[in-house]
Amino acid sequence: MAGVATLREPKAEPRAAQAGTAGRLGPKVRRNLSAHGFLIGAVLCFTFFSWYPIVREVIMSFQKAVVGGGYAWAGWTNYVRIFRDPTFWLAWRNTLEFTVLALVVGYAVPFFVALLLNELRHARGYLRILVYLPVMLPPASALLLFAYFYNPQYGLFDDILRLVHLPTSQWVFQPGSGFISVAMVSVVIASTWMNMGAATLIYLAALQNIPGELYEAAELDGAGLWRRIRHVTIPQTRLILLMLLMLQIVATMQMFVESFVLTNGGGGVGDNTLSVVMLIYQYAFALSGASNYNSASALGVMLMLVLAVFSFGFLWATRERASQA
Amino acid sequence: MTTRTLISSATLNRGRGKVVYRVVLTLAIVGFTLVFIGPMYFLFTDGLKSTHEAIATPPTLYPHHVYPGSYAQAFDRLDIARLLWNSVYYAFGALAFQLTFDVAAAYSLSKLRPVFGNVIFFLMLATLMIPTTVLVVPQYVTVASLPIVHLNLIGTPEAIWLPSVANAFNIFLLKRFFDSIPADYLDAAQIDGASPLRILRSIVLPISRPIIGVVSIFGLVAVWKDFLWPLLVEYGYTPTRETLNVGIWQATYGTPQNLIIAASAMAAVPTIVFFLFFQRNIMGGLTAGGLRG
Repeated sequence: MAGVATLREPKAEPRAAQAGTAGRLGPKVRRNLSAHGFLIGAVLCFTFFSWYPIVREVIMSFQKAVVGGGYAWAGWTNYVRIFRDPTFWLAWRNTLEFTVLALVVGYAVPFFVALLLNELRHARGYLRILVYLPVMLPPASALLLFAYFYNPQYGLFDDILRLVHLPTSQWVFQPGSGFISVAMVSVVIASTWMNMGAATLIYLAALQNIPGELYEAAELDGAGLWRRIRHVTIPQTRLILLMLLMLQIVATMQMFVESFVLTNGGGGVGDNTLSVVMLIYQYAFALSGASNYNSASALGVMLMLVLAVFSFGFLWATRERASQA
Repeated sequence: MTTRTLISSATLNRGRGKVVYRVVLTLAIVGFTLVFIGPMYFLFTDGLKSTHEAIATPPTLYPHHVYPGSYAQAFDRLDIARLLWNSVYYAFGALAFQLTFDVAAAYSLSKLRPVFGNVIFFLMLATLMIPTTVLVVPQYVTVASLPIVHLNLIGTPEAIWLPSVANAFNIFLLKRFFDSIPADYLDAAQIDGASPLRILRSIVLPISRPIIGVVSIFGLVAVWKDFLWPLLVEYGYTPTRETLNVGIWQATYGTPQNLIIAASAMAAVPTIVFFLFFQRNIMGGLTAGGLRG
């Protein structure tokens, strides 16, 4: 990059001289060129792998492949086609189910774990490491382990149920598609085990930043444990609670690897753990012979819009509180 | 003396509080160990069982017949050495690209301040709103045939390295850190005739070691843990180009259960060692994201 900058420098000089303000304009142009030289690598990568794909996804979603290569304008056909696909609605419903369940388990549990850890005077370092350890595992390792535990023939979880004389379960392969299905709960359990460490430690750091005097004052005023949580802890950590809420919802809406590995790349029995991103993958790469990037793009555009609208809406709705905190 | 938390130390040291605290502490230690170490215990010991014992009902709590052969077998059959090398190569290559381009870009945006710098920075930050999983299809098509240059990167390490540079979070963290370096330092060097590159190398980089550490660790871990993207761009060259993460998943078809577990355990070892080695930086780095100002 520096090479690019120095190569271009001499070119800039004469132009500056022509302008008759060599003393002022010359260094400025030179400085700008060298600054852009430092930027160029990252800008090219963003252009090719981020900005252009965003535009391209929208364009592709309105195109169709034509025989002999190339693409033609297709209007809304891709959208119409996926709207007519029953799996499309199922995938959205499942994704929503996963997001809600993961929120109930994966959002509240780390907060209470962090609260607990913050009160302990012993073994805190050990417990922190424990909570975070699964986050570091390669997802395939952790999920193959859970697939083994969930196995209906020889899995550990069914063995435990048998031990205490409870009916066994098919776990991720349990048929049924109620809004809280056993299959999806199984995916959520594995996902929470894998991922909760990060949120826990972020909360813990936030809790440690609460000034002790606030608790002291609240206690002197006669506030019990619950009221101290309600009126000191939660307001003091609100900014982080809100940030993590948004990040978690955006992350869980993109669920892919959990269900993909646990169900051997399928989507569970009757697709009851198939997520939107899995469906994008299936549309684009997995459906035999009928690989269709354009339908996949249309679905991608929809997910992109949903996530962007959600993020902006969330930030807008919480803007005042965020600026106060 | 630690700072005051929800419950005062005095309460925890007196009578009933002390008993309750002891009970809660014990429950926490036992519970956490069961929940988090328990599964990992089976991850490592079940690979030592024979196939027969690994799928026995009821399960054995520990391998009755230690059978280290599973590890050796899994290592050969899945070519773990190759997969491991691929992952290391992708992760460190991506890190090198990220550090070169993202540090340079953040330095430029923070200190050299080119025209349109703010627009570029805004466009970069805007990509944080659009997660990469949503863009897999156009990204894949683009990587399969780069516009203008018409290169097909599928199956090459660059397919992982180059997209990893487009990481707005890295740029944001680095730029924010660079912003905090006083301008006086840089002005002094500039008056002495140091070029921007020289200033970056001799002044900015040495000061910025903590943030570069954070960015590096999370950069490595992200590439190491990624699944969908390497599945798309490096899959099907078994096992010569696959990542460890994808490789052990793809080998599960028709592989005995004990070998899968042994392979999963081996895949987990490098990250566990890495974590124990860098745990302070990793756990500290989580909050470097600026969630707390």
